[in-house]
Amino acid sequence: MITADLDPDTSRWRPARVLDRWDETPRIATLRIGADRWPGHVAGQRVDVRLTAQDGYQANRAYSIASAPSSGVLDLAVERLDDGEVSPWLVDIARAGDELEVRGPVGGWFTWRPTDPGPLLMLAGGSGLVPLMAMAREAVAAATGTDVRLLVSTRTAAELPFAEELAMLDAAGSLRLLHTVTRGAPDGWDGWRGRMGSALAAELLDDLPSAPPAIFICGGSGFVDHASHLLMAEGVDARAIRTERFGPSS
Amino acid sequence: MPPVSRGFKGRRREGVDATRIPPGQHLVRDFPVLTYGPTPQVDTARWSFSLDGAVSAGRRWSWDEFQAMPREQVTTDIHCVTTWSKLDTTWSGVPVDAFFAGIEPGGGFVQAWCDGGYTTNLPLDDVLGGRAWVVDRYDGAPLAPAHGGPARLLVPHLYFWKSAKWVRGLTVTVQNEPGFWEENGYHDRGDPWREERYGAAFE
Repeated sequence: MITADLDPDTSRWRPARVLDRWDETPRIATLRIGADRWPGHVAGQRVDVRLTAQDGYQANRAYSIASAPSSGVLDLAVERLDDGEVSPWLVDIARAGDELEVRGPVGGWFTWRPTDPGPLLMLAGGSGLVPLMAMAREAVAAATGTDVRLLVSTRTAAELPFAEELAMLDAAGSLRLLHTVTRGAPDGWDGWRGRMGSALAAELLDDLPSAPPAIFICGGSGFVDHASHLLMAEGVDARAIRTERFGPSS
Repeated sequence: MPPVSRGFKGRRREGVDATRIPPGQHLVRDFPVLTYGPTPQVDTARWSFSLDGAVSAGRRWSWDEFQAMPREQVTTDIHCVTTWSKLDTTWSGVPVDAFFAGIEPGGGFVQAWCDGGYTTNLPLDDVLGGRAWVVDRYDGAPLAPAHGGPARLLVPHLYFWKSAKWVRGLTVTVQNEPGFWEENGYHDRGDPWREERYGAAFE
């Protein structure tokens, strides 16, 4: 449980439990975690999660935090990998009250704080949206007037996590969402279609108030390299691009 | 005893020598790519490898000179701080000792620097004595750009962020100066068998 007595040691395993869980997409679930004396996090960071079987066997994997630091909660959004060891338990089996351990938060590079200068540009491939969602939520909550733009590429429209929340934030003008669907756009789909191309890159960069000091790209390695090269072809400085890649590891 | 996660069974690998998997690591068959920025495209015609800093005399090798140096085949296990390990990876390259032949270091540390701006720091002892290489071939083929090609450092006894991709030189230093990940939350040395993953704080 979260208490006022915080422990800043990020290198130890903390006892934790699932407080709640809900589906985001058919393959992605959010788990709200209560961790012993959790010290808080920075948007973009991840945690290591460790599970222990009845006989003492353990396995651990890293998952990005989806919640804004200012929300005071620790939400992980996890995609189920069919050949995975930890993610199937988190997505399909875990429910409120279940016990696990967490370590972290981890990461000091792929992070964003409301005091960082804008504009805030983010590009996600599929579940690569998760750490960027923490940044988007933090930026919206801080309401500093930062120009927030989020490009997301998913295979199908239904695979966009946080879809309702993002649509609301987009409609309210809190951020600008550019969603492209690479296969099987539904009837009546009026968004972008196909793999991200130069037109979508140009749209993301259109009429920026200033050059973004950092652009965050997260997804599979293929998406990250493709998106990086498109942005560089549009004149973005490679040094401004920060990436986090999801390996095929499970 | 840590809390049991209800219903978790795990996936135990048959035929894996557990003594080769450091604590908190899991075995992968694929080769994940993890990099903090875009993949640099490096032209070997303009590539060089430098040894400089606190040394008796600095030196620089062109790609062709690097290719002409005696090389070694290395088969080794690698361990990434993000918890994957891969066994029996095969590499080919030049031992770091060969670059130091005839050059006297005047400090106990090195800073590896790379195309794309990456740096990582290592005690000199961790890159000498047949424990580190500059490699340009993986699994019998030229090293792919995503994995650090044309050439990367290979320091397999430490977590793999120390095996700097797109390496262009080593700078010998008197003081230990943290590199990129060492300044961004990772441990200074990174011994996987001691599980030296993270630094004390991330602020």
